[in-house]
Amino acid sequence: MKKTDVIIIGAGPVGLFAVHQLGIKGLKAVVIDNLDKAGGQCIELYPDKPIYDIPAVPECTGEQLTTRLLEQIKPFKTDLFLNERVDEVYQEKDNWIVKTSSKKEFVASSIIIAGGVGSFEPRKLSLKQAESLEGKSIFYSVKNKEKFKNKNISIFGGGDSALDWALELSKFSKITLIHRRNEFRGAQHTLSEIKKLEKKGKISIKTPCQIESLDSEKKLKSITIKFDNGKLEKIPTDTILGFFGLIMKLGPIAEWGLNMDKKTIQVNSENFETNKKGIFAAGDICSYPGKLKLILSGFHEVALASVECFKRARPNEKYKFEFTTSSKTIQGRLGKK
Amino acid sequence: MPKITYKDFQGNSKTIEVENGLTVMEGAIQNNIPGIDADCGGSMACATCHVYVEEKWLNKIQKAEEAEEDMIDMAFEPKKNSRLSCQLIVSEELDGLIVTTPSKQT
Repeated sequence: MKKTDVIIIGAGPVGLFAVHQLGIKGLKAVVIDNLDKAGGQCIELYPDKPIYDIPAVPECTGEQLTTRLLEQIKPFKTDLFLNERVDEVYQEKDNWIVKTSSKKEFVASSIIIAGGVGSFEPRKLSLKQAESLEGKSIFYSVKNKEKFKNKNISIFGGGDSALDWALELSKFSKITLIHRRNEFRGAQHTLSEIKKLEKKGKISIKTPCQIESLDSEKKLKSITIKFDNGKLEKIPTDTILGFFGLIMKLGPIAEWGLNMDKKTIQVNSENFETNKKGIFAAGDICSYPGKLKLILSGFHEVALASVECFKRARPNEKYKFEFTTSSKTIQGRLGKK
Repeated sequence: MPKITYKDFQGNSKTIEVENGLTVMEGAIQNNIPGIDADCGGSMACATCHVYVEEKWLNKIQKAEEAEEDMIDMAFEPKKNSRLSCQLIVSEELDGLIVTTPSKQT
């Protein structure tokens, strides 16, 4: 079990800035996120979209904002635990214990939930049989491409994941690429490579159509797709790869005994603590009268929450408010002399 | 004020007056219409305000931009008449619009 001062759930902009606000107060933190990289919605949903309302930054993209925040928290050498979902949270005396999907355990006096709208998970096929075939014939990511050799693979989706894997797996499997409309949003040069392979008969592209049914007993044998004009077509398939994008699910957060308001966690607006002492929520996931879902609001929220985190982590010390411009202690923590 | 009808997948419907300039999504959220989540708050960054627009209205409303279509790729059970309700701005021309919410958003 790893001990730290504060466990931050969510590596989006607010979670990352929490590291900073805790760090300048001399507190250690760990950050846990279900995605494979830091940045949260900024990276997953709009890496290239400009943001215009970060104070003193007239314009930056989601990706730039994330890069700069990571730069800003570098002095604190904080561990980011990615690809991990927090599954359990429970109390032990004055401390909170957090267990993740890969069975890692953390203990701290405070938790800051900066979970946005929950964790990102792949959208799945909505057909009933699909669930029982998941992990056997139906996959939503490729972890080991050796498993996808010498197969009849139907790939669904129109983004980069669908195009990249269609191209890559066509080297050793028969690929059918299926998308609901004629336009693909993935990189156009990948698409033109795929079109070349289509001419050679290595990949077949089916648009605009969607899955109609699966034919399987124990194993998947074929799928039937339906075109927009109503025509049906059966495609021999033993493996389906679905890339329908990610959806945000609140997930286990709803089960931690916190007071919720729809998909948000209720907090007070003095220190952003929830109904559980020592659990704080900030950013899009928290709600209080007047709440605005802006990145800058999240920054303010973690700044205030970090003060209460300090009091909980250092009950015998007095909290002293300091400015970064004048405090030698803070400047030392930031690695400045 | 223009009247917008929100139907759910089971056929229950509610008609409400929505102020000009608001989006069909905002009309739903402000009036507690179930079936529209709008997780991202209207920044076209999720697809949880996905609706099906009644066929006869498809030609009367502005066509979806590419970015909206890209997002609809990630919606639950997209169809030809799928739109994101955060991109449909209410005006007198939309008076009588009927949209149906999918059986779920996520």
